[in-house]
Amino acid sequence: MDLELQFFIGQIIVGLTIGSYLALIALGYTMVYGIVELINFAHGDLFAFGFFISLTIFTAINPPRPLDIVGLLTILPLIFVITMLLTGGLNTLIDRVAYKPLRNAPKLAPLLTAVGVSFALEAIYAIWVGASQVPYPNYFPRIDILRQWFGLDTAIQLTTKDLFLFGVTIPLMIGLNFFIERTKIGKAMRASAQDREAASMMGINVNRIIATTFFIGGALAGAAGLVWGLYINSGRFLMGFEAGLMAFTSAVLGGIGNIRGAVLGAFIIGMIKSMSDFYFEPSWTRVMIFGILILLLVFRPSGILGSTQSIEKI
Amino acid sequence: MITTIRTWWSQLPNAARITLVAVLVVLFPFVIDIAESAIRSAGGNWALLTQVNRALIYVVLALGLNIVVGFAGMLDLGYAAFFAIGAYAFGILTYPSHGIQMSFFLALWVCAAIASFFGIVVGSPTLRLRGDYLAIVTLAFGEIIPTVVRNLDDLTNGSQGLTPLGKPSFGLFEGLFGLEPGALNVGVDPHFWFYVITLLVALVLFCTLRLDNSRIGRAWKAIREDQTAADFMGVDPIRAKLSAFAIGASFSGLAGVVFASMLGAIFPDLFRFQVSIFLLIIVVFSGLGSVWGVLIGGLIISLFDGLFLAQILNQVLPSGSENLRWVFFGVGLIFFMIFRPQGLFPRKVKGRVLTEEEALAANAAASATAKGGD
Repeated sequence: MDLELQFFIGQIIVGLTIGSYLALIALGYTMVYGIVELINFAHGDLFAFGFFISLTIFTAINPPRPLDIVGLLTILPLIFVITMLLTGGLNTLIDRVAYKPLRNAPKLAPLLTAVGVSFALEAIYAIWVGASQVPYPNYFPRIDILRQWFGLDTAIQLTTKDLFLFGVTIPLMIGLNFFIERTKIGKAMRASAQDREAASMMGINVNRIIATTFFIGGALAGAAGLVWGLYINSGRFLMGFEAGLMAFTSAVLGGIGNIRGAVLGAFIIGMIKSMSDFYFEPSWTRVMIFGILILLLVFRPSGILGSTQSIEKI
Repeated sequence: MITTIRTWWSQLPNAARITLVAVLVVLFPFVIDIAESAIRSAGGNWALLTQVNRALIYVVLALGLNIVVGFAGMLDLGYAAFFAIGAYAFGILTYPSHGIQMSFFLALWVCAAIASFFGIVVGSPTLRLRGDYLAIVTLAFGEIIPTVVRNLDDLTNGSQGLTPLGKPSFGLFEGLFGLEPGALNVGVDPHFWFYVITLLVALVLFCTLRLDNSRIGRAWKAIREDQTAADFMGVDPIRAKLSAFAIGASFSGLAGVVFASMLGAIFPDLFRFQVSIFLLIIVVFSGLGSVWGVLIGGLIISLFDGLFLAQILNQVLPSGSENLRWVFFGVGLIFFMIFRPQGLFPRKVKGRVLTEEEALAANAAASATAKGGD
């Protein structure tokens, strides 16, 4: 195969990996926005929490590195569940303390408490794990599939880690979509997003629905933190800020409040990032991403899949 | 006691008020000097006046942001971009190696104009957007500018930054009084900068107060409350929004020039997203749209951050715990917003409401004139 083409396919895989972890974070952004119209600035820091808490649990259990097949089937799922529960619980707690009292306040008030939560969380992480780069040990076995399993001579790198990342994130996205479209709670969530007052008149406990939304959003961000830790093997106390910024951009690009839009937006951002890093200059990637975002919003003011109905003022 | 002061103040003639404020401003740095030396003899070492100067620059920035967010109701999450543009325009125009070395007093206005031009550039794609989509475009712009600044090595020296930069020089003034050129070398003295920045605050404050109740000011508020209704009432939303962006950005450009010249060095990292957020905190904390509120709130928050958290608390807390500072800041912000979501000094939404008697009297008078006209 042509080498240029191989590089191109390689970059597509990179874009898909970035897109899939961003999508999990963007989903939390967009779900929360859909129901309470809050840009949850602290959401990226929950991703970082998932990273650090899972690292802490791993360190406490201290399994072999990389995990053997028994570990992959027992310890890893266990840590997954604990991480998602803890991160989801943390997000619900944050909502209870910092956002719920401001449900009917001016719209900028909860935005600022979200900033406050973000500052506090980042500082707490800095105290917890230190201000320097934190290594995340290689618990997941890395095998170059095409070369080691299929014996192909190719420049395309597709590793077991890539498959693991897709194998976790894509089922979670499909599961979430099923949950929202098919279950009763999902229906209540959609109703609350459409009209909170009307939903509560129809007997939906809107407060509980909002708490559930924060829990699910947090759990997804926690899962993203864990898989990204296992995938990229290093992180920093401020990592949530950058990830949150990109995830938020994805959510807006796809049309904020729209579940599928968030996933689509995340994959677009992932692709732009990987292509710009490789074919252009990495130092200009941010300008590319945000430039494309601005251009797109000029022509589609509500994002790609966003509804065209007007959005309320601040 | 506050009411006695207030009545006494309201009875003063205008000229007396201005003289009083001017005298207080002129004396202020010397009072600070005394306080500083007292603290130094007690073993502390706080750069009080430098912190006050920094706080006042934040006040200028916050007043500009207040026009966009408070008056016109457009959430701007990238306001630091204009601050960066002002500072870097000044840097490029006065950095010795670039060979332009424009005079400070000329560059001040040129850079304000450049910043305000960029205000229009950012404003124009956002005209169709409302609410949070507008916020993300401004945020995107706020992320683009520092990255571009970092990448344009030839002009900006990248992440190493530009230094030294131009200082205000008084060549003409010195010539008039027969002084040696450069005799008034005041460019690094915090006292001098205090007076420059106070003049800037006064200028910006004056403009803001005049704008507050002007035709365009009322147009901004009409758009803030209900854009569709304002549009129907004949307010041109495009004009109003663009002018809010342009004027807000020009304030920020002025602040950027003074900031750059005062520091004598600028780096892309000085204009990160955190600066935009910090300014937004000031504006919302003080009470969106309230001019005097932003002035006082800006001073409170900047001094709380720069003086209390950064200097005093650090001397009390064990060393190495500067991160606790941000925990305090974040938690304090959460609690403040929960207990006072409308801000410290909320703007008055209503002016004076017509009482029923007045309405009846006006009605009667109107019908009387109508009858008289028959």
